[in-house]
Amino acid sequence: MLTIVQTALEAGVIYALVALALFLSYTILDIADLTTDGAFTLGCAVSATVCLTGHPVLALPMAMLAGAAAGFVTAFLQTKLGVPSILAGIITNFGLYSVNLTVMGSANVNLYKSDTIFSLVKETGFAGSWHKLLVASVVVLAVCVLLVLFLGTRLGLSIRATGDNTDMVRASSINPVFTITVGLCLANAMTALSGALIAQYQKSADMNLGTGMVVLGLASLIIGQSVISRGKSGILRGVVAVVVGSLIYRAIYAVALKFNVTTYLKLITAVIVALAIAAPALKDYFLLQRRKRAALSERRRGAC
Amino acid sequence: MLKLSGVSKTFNPGTVNEKKALTDVDLRLERGDFITIVGSNGAGKSTLFNAISGVFFADAGSIVLDGEDITFQPEYRRSREIGRLFQDPMKGTAPHMTIEENLALAYLRAVKHQRAFFSRVNKEDKAFFREQLSLLGMGLEDRMRQPVGLLSGGQRQALTLLMATMVPPKLLLLDEHTAALDPGTAEKVLALTKDIVARQNITCLMVTHNMKNALELGNRTLMMDAGRIVLDIGGEERKGLTVEDLLSRFRAGAGKDLDNDRILLS
Repeated sequence: MLTIVQTALEAGVIYALVALALFLSYTILDIADLTTDGAFTLGCAVSATVCLTGHPVLALPMAMLAGAAAGFVTAFLQTKLGVPSILAGIITNFGLYSVNLTVMGSANVNLYKSDTIFSLVKETGFAGSWHKLLVASVVVLAVCVLLVLFLGTRLGLSIRATGDNTDMVRASSINPVFTITVGLCLANAMTALSGALIAQYQKSADMNLGTGMVVLGLASLIIGQSVISRGKSGILRGVVAVVVGSLIYRAIYAVALKFNVTTYLKLITAVIVALAIAAPALKDYFLLQRRKRAALSERRRGAC
Repeated sequence: MLKLSGVSKTFNPGTVNEKKALTDVDLRLERGDFITIVGSNGAGKSTLFNAISGVFFADAGSIVLDGEDITFQPEYRRSREIGRLFQDPMKGTAPHMTIEENLALAYLRAVKHQRAFFSRVNKEDKAFFREQLSLLGMGLEDRMRQPVGLLSGGQRQALTLLMATMVPPKLLLLDEHTAALDPGTAEKVLALTKDIVARQNITCLMVTHNMKNALELGNRTLMMDAGRIVLDIGGEERKGLTVEDLLSRFRAGAGKDLDNDRILLS
């Protein structure tokens, strides 16, 4: 039982980075960035490859750089070349498959003989069996703190304004091309960092690790926002909500695993995400139907 | 301060929808000028503002701001020196960011040192924001941590005005910025505008459809028609001018009656 809880927490913390990336690109910049899946695998691939050369710590910044580069391509396509933003992500994501395969050299790589940041901490004997959670938490906490601080700077505020009011941005000396580019680079760097940690965490990387990551990230984001934010803004609240959402999602996943219903998990996740995003439209629809019914029954009563 | 020479703009050239929005416009503003602009429907008032602020590049002519040729500068670069307010109060502020964050964004625009991107506002800056907000007389200084989306249109427009002028711009463009507000609020925002522009000695262009405001505010009045400036009245000539005088002068200049379905004559 303890192992299950531990695994869920570890995965929740590591995958929280993907949700944080989507918090930046989807919630703040208002861009559905479909580079996410490919950037995650890219992070895995780079991390695994660098680990094999014996530099597990260096693997993390390298993976982030690679992720940022992927984000840059998507941003360049949509800001400079006029490719619609969703399509820009799809194109980059598609191309990344070849890149990832080239980086890894084969469809999967295992790191059983290499050091990872987790094994390095394990050797020190610090934190015992909780060492993996400790490492992941330290990394994710650092990212959260930096992200919150960053979003209060001039550049961070500019990025937030870009997603909030384009008219205002154009009138207030912010170059949206620049802010969107920085935003997408940062988001994909975070996604790649998540992938990098996962590769080292499970001591292997393969081409399919990133599949569906964007939906999983959105699910965590939405769960977190409905539990904690409830429509309120505020960056700190938002970041905390995202991490909590990721932990909750992984807890659900663990339960699904326990009861052997993982076959349906993706469908259930898809339905949750679709319903959550559709919620405002559905609410409007049902409110209108109720008004219509009320008005019709009143008219009928009037006719009698 | 601002010098437009031979600025022209044609939309949809070579098609049936071709429209000459600006034709060979020359305009010269001195530092501290406060110019009001009135004109008929589609006279090119907003187009003039868009050409100055860089929403599009002029087809011909040059625009020089404070000695710097900005004719081919992109919009976001010009926005460092040109403050803008639109008719729609929703356009000037970010609704999901707090009052404080909106002000911080406007304020940090002026930071020019090396680490400017990562500059943040400190306690003194926040005290300064609070003081500036209290000058608006709307009680916003006690709501600094609330999202701007919760404010009324008038409050948002006043906040936008503050954001545009907190770091004094070289030029302030006001495009009917009180037209969407109820009369009482409009008057208040207009009074604030007058006050701030005078206090900071900002060079300012204001489009209005209120003829009385056009004559009362500022030191010079322009009338536009069909992409041209047909009337430019300032100095002694403008003093004692009535709305009727202005309309007859317009008729003489443009060769037709002022035709604007939103114009307010009193």
